[in-house]
Amino acid sequence: MMYGKGLKDYVEQVPGSRSGSLFSERTLYPYVTGTALVALVYRDGILMAADMGASYGSTLRYKTIERIKPVGKHSLLGASGEISDFQEILRYLDELILYDNMWDDGNSLGPKEVHNYLTQLMYNRRNKFNPLWNSLVLGGVKNGQKYLGMVSMIGVSFKENHVATGFGDHLARPILRDEWNENLSFEDAVKLLEKCMRILLYRDRSAVNKIQIVKITEEGTTNFPPYSLKTFWGFESYENPTAGEEGLW
Amino acid sequence: MSKEMVDLPPKGGFSFDLCRRNDMLAKKGAKPPSFRKTGTTIVGLIFQDGVILGADTRATEGPIVCDKNCEKIHYMAPNIYCCGAGTAADTEAVTDMVSSQLQLHRYHTGRESRVVTALTLLKRHLFNYQGHVQAALVLGGVDFTGPHLHTIYPHGSTDTLPFATMGSGSLAAMSVFESKFREGLTRDEGIQLVAEAICSGIFNDLGSGSNVDICVITKGHKEYLRNHLLPNPRTYVSEKGYPFPKKTEVLLTKITPLKQKVEIIEAGDAMEE
Repeated sequence: MMYGKGLKDYVEQVPGSRSGSLFSERTLYPYVTGTALVALVYRDGILMAADMGASYGSTLRYKTIERIKPVGKHSLLGASGEISDFQEILRYLDELILYDNMWDDGNSLGPKEVHNYLTQLMYNRRNKFNPLWNSLVLGGVKNGQKYLGMVSMIGVSFKENHVATGFGDHLARPILRDEWNENLSFEDAVKLLEKCMRILLYRDRSAVNKIQIVKITEEGTTNFPPYSLKTFWGFESYENPTAGEEGLW
Repeated sequence: MSKEMVDLPPKGGFSFDLCRRNDMLAKKGAKPPSFRKTGTTIVGLIFQDGVILGADTRATEGPIVCDKNCEKIHYMAPNIYCCGAGTAADTEAVTDMVSSQLQLHRYHTGRESRVVTALTLLKRHLFNYQGHVQAALVLGGVDFTGPHLHTIYPHGSTDTLPFATMGSGSLAAMSVFESKFREGLTRDEGIQLVAEAICSGIFNDLGSGSNVDICVITKGHKEYLRNHLLPNPRTYVSEKGYPFPKKTEVLLTKITPLKQKVEIIEAGDAMEE
């Protein structure tokens, strides 16, 4: 007869796993997380933007995390959510690309194939109740065909002309739906992305003002140096919000 | 000294006496009745001459749209209007109540109501009920001190802002405001921006939909544009109409006489066995 909680109550065990381990053997919560990510298809390829911050709970712990990485010759992978899981996914993809290169058959994995692989990966992990806690964005160009898709942590995957993860889903998607069109030039696409990132900067508490934009076209990947967005705080009403109403906050 | 309890006068606020019994019933599987929420997009902004308030017109009851064209912009005073999000009963009751209190106050003082008065009455009431009155409001109006726009949260906190959004569609509407708002908008630009923000909520949020209501308040004048925009018209209506047969069809005519009921009279002793 046990009084109070026994050790068993603190251990989350996966059926069939080694019993008697002290800590959880599956992902319960994310720890170091990246926030929103926005991507769109433009005339020449794909443009992805993310900020370079990673939060540890409510602390902005890391401010130089690259959340967008190239995969193989034709694709870009961006992730929001748990950073360690993102790094794990990059290792899996590294292995995938390596094996593909070893075939040496002149063919290389394009964005569609990588997207498919990621969907299977995420869905299978979710079925084992041990998800990789990320929302992934996969974009690329192969043989002139532009591709942009998204995979969520539970394995929901789809292909779209513009995607946004995390808070971007609520704040950036309405803007993209209204203002995206097929023939955006590079400058217009960057302006649109900046508009979305600026709104995220204003309204997402875990956003950092250090934006990384990466472009992928038929020629290859271009990593732009990180920069900050200009913000506007000069509203007259912000100067003295309670003018005329003494005692109000 | 008597041991009887003194009869205390009833205190204000909610009485939580039935909570335990409700919990017990819920555990046994009895579901409480669901209430009508507005699941909304409401916005307000301050422009050159005053305040513009906007709202969508969909009222939901869980997953069902129970009212396609409800009114979410409530009258508070001739120069003050209030949009409400959250539980429909709460927003209606609270705005009605404060509206009558403002009217009485106007009779008492003989002056036009101030927006801060409405604000204070609302926030005191909501704080008193500790968030159980689920009304999230956008209050706007023009009084002699100028145009004012406030948001009031269900727990009673308030904000004074140049542009504000509330409700489930608030993020979609806020993204429009954050990218396009600037100070000193003209009346038409302001209406255009508010309509755009509400449309963003209508098309990107499931809890908001149907039409756009707008209310423009300036010094000494107000305009309530009910159904200013109807972006969700019923496009298909059958031209032939929907003919229904004018009476019930006769399928069969056959008369079957009922069998005669036969009464059985038993011997008197039968019941005793």
